[in-house]
Amino acid sequence: MIVAGALAPHPPHLVYGDNPKQNEPRSEGGWEVLRWGYERLQKNLDKLDYDVLVVLSPHWRTQVGTHFVGVPHLKGKSVDPIFPNLFRFNYDMNFDVKLSEAISKKAEKMGLVTDMMRNPDYRVDYGTIVSCHMTNPKWNKPIVSISSNGAAQYFNLEVMNSLFTKLGIATREAINESGKRAVLLASNSLSHRHFTLEPEVPEDMSKEHITSHALYLWDMRMLELMKKGKTREMTEILPDFTEQTMGETDSGALTWLMSALDYPEYPAEVHAYGTVIGTGNAIVEWSKGVES
Amino acid sequence: MKNTKKNTKMKSKKTFRRVLKSKSKKSSLSPLIKGFIVPGLPHILLAPEKNPGWQKMRNAFDEVKNEIAASGAEILVIYSTYWSSILGHQIQAEPEPEWVHVDDQFYALGSIPYKLRMDSKFAELLKEKCLSRGLQARTTAYKGFPIDTGSVVALKLLNPDNKIPAVIISSNIYSDRAESIVLGKAARDAIEASGKKAICLVITSLSNRMHTTHVPSEKDKIHSLKDHEWNLKFLEYLQAGRLEDASQLSRQFHREARVQKVVNFKPFWWLAGVMGQNNLYGGKLYEYQPICGTGNALVGLTPSLRSARDLEFDEDDPQNYKGERNVLGEKYD
Repeated sequence: MIVAGALAPHPPHLVYGDNPKQNEPRSEGGWEVLRWGYERLQKNLDKLDYDVLVVLSPHWRTQVGTHFVGVPHLKGKSVDPIFPNLFRFNYDMNFDVKLSEAISKKAEKMGLVTDMMRNPDYRVDYGTIVSCHMTNPKWNKPIVSISSNGAAQYFNLEVMNSLFTKLGIATREAINESGKRAVLLASNSLSHRHFTLEPEVPEDMSKEHITSHALYLWDMRMLELMKKGKTREMTEILPDFTEQTMGETDSGALTWLMSALDYPEYPAEVHAYGTVIGTGNAIVEWSKGVES
Repeated sequence: MKNTKKNTKMKSKKTFRRVLKSKSKKSSLSPLIKGFIVPGLPHILLAPEKNPGWQKMRNAFDEVKNEIAASGAEILVIYSTYWSSILGHQIQAEPEPEWVHVDDQFYALGSIPYKLRMDSKFAELLKEKCLSRGLQARTTAYKGFPIDTGSVVALKLLNPDNKIPAVIISSNIYSDRAESIVLGKAARDAIEASGKKAICLVITSLSNRMHTTHVPSEKDKIHSLKDHEWNLKFLEYLQAGRLEDASQLSRQFHREARVQKVVNFKPFWWLAGVMGQNNLYGGKLYEYQPICGTGNALVGLTPSLRSARDLEFDEDDPQNYKGERNVLGEKYD
C-alpha cells in the first residue's frame, strides 16, 4: 500500500546546504526553510515504517515511453551539469527491481510504452538522488526510479496529464499487489523560472527570492488547493499552472503522485515553501487518512 | 554606346575584384578553417550496423574525421545543444575528462568509455572574451563531470586519438538570438586572440521529433513528412553556403520542425556569430539520415570568396558606402 506521498523537489542546493559527507563541495548552509521542511518530512515518514521509496524525477527525461531502473544496485558519482560547483555526490543506491518491473508491466497493460534500464554503468540522475537523500539521508530503503516522459513537449500538457494519470493508477495497483508499504516522491519544484546569475557565494540568502510576484501567486494558489484537499481541482488546472509558470510540473511527477494517491481530499501538510535561484519549491506531505 | 557599356562593365569588374582582394586579405588573417554541423545521437557510434542509414552517417563521420586530421586545425571549438546550462554559458576546461558514459535514453546501445583532451588555456581565454562582451560565463573543471552524449559521440568519432584539443560550450536554455550571436562572436574573439587554426562544430539535429514508441532500427524514418521537408529546405540553404539565411530562418524552423524544449533553435545563430553573419561559404552535405525519428545531417561550411550577390545577407554590414558591388555584372565564383 501507499503509506504516504510527498512533493519532494530536487534543487541540488539543498544537499549542498546540508553538507553531507557524500557531497564534495562544502557550504556555509543556506535554504534552511526548505531543509528544515525536509527534516519534518523525514520525521513523519520515519514513523510510518515503509519498505520502499518510489520516485519520479524530471531529470531522467525519456521520449520513448516511461523507463524504470532495472538493476539492483548502482554506485557512482553524480555531478550536476548545471551546478557542478554545488553538487558532486557519491551515491550508493539499492533498487527494488521486482516492484519496478511490476509497475512497468501494469503500465504496459494499460497501454503505456515502458522500458527497463539494465545497463550497470548507468549514472543515476541528480533529481532522483536529491529527493531521495533529503527524504531519507540514511539511504536504508530501496528505490524505484521512474523516468519522466516528454509528453508535455511532444504532445501537450493535457496529454501529459492523461498519460501520468494512467501511470499513477498502474503504480498504485502494482504496489497494492506487492504487499509492500511504499512512499511516493514527486521530485519537482512548482514555478520554475531561474535566475541566470548566481551570487558569488551561492548560499548568500540575501539574494534569494522568487523570480516574479506572478509566479509566487500561482505557487500559493496550488498550495492553497493542496491544503484544502482539493487535489483533483489542482490536477485539472496543472496544465494552466505549468504554462504560466514554466512549471517543472511538465515532468508529470505531480500528476502521477495525485493519481497514485487517488486524489486525496484530506488536507496536505505543507512543511515548507521557499525559493532556490528564483524557482518556487514546496515540501508537501500526504499521509493522513491512510490506514497503517 | 556599346564600348561605353563594355568599359563600365570592365571598370565595375575591376572595382569588384578590388573588394574581393581586400576581403581575401582579411580572410587570410582569420584562423577559422571550417565549420561543421554534426549530429550527436549515440547510434552512430554504438550501433551503425543496425540501420543502413546510420552506417552511411558513420561513414560520413569517417570522411570528416580524415578531413579534420588533414586540416592542420589546432583546436576544435564545440557548441553542443546536448549540454544545457542556466547560469550563463559554461565552458569545459577539465584537461582530460574521463568517464564511462551511458546515454539516459539509449543506454541499451551500450556504454561509452571516454578520455578526451580539452584546451584549458583556451577555455579560460574564451571565458574572458565572453565576459568582455557582457555575457555571463564560467569554466567548469570537475572530475566526473557528465560530458554530454553529443560531444562524446562527436569527439570519439571525429578526433579519436585526441590529436586536436577541444573546448565545449554549453547551450543556455534561456538565451535567444542576440545572446547566441554574441556568444559566437566571443568564440571568434578567442580564436583570433589565440592565433590557433580552429574548426567549429555545432552538435545538433535538424528536426528533433523522436519516435514516441519503440520503432525497430531497420524501420527508422523521419518522424513526419513535414519535418523532412523542412530539413530539406534547410539543407538546400546550407549546401549553397547560405549560413546567414539558415540563421535567419532559425525561429521559423523551430516552430515548424522542432519539439520546443528550449526557448529557440540556436546553433545556427552561434555558428553565424563565430564564422561571420553572411552567406559566403562553400557548403557540403556529407549525409542526411533519420535517427530515432529525428533529422540528422552532417554538413561542412568553408569560408569562401565567391559572390553571393543574389542572396539576402550576402554583404558586410557597411558603416560607410564604398562603391557599388557590381550587382549587374558577372558572377565571380
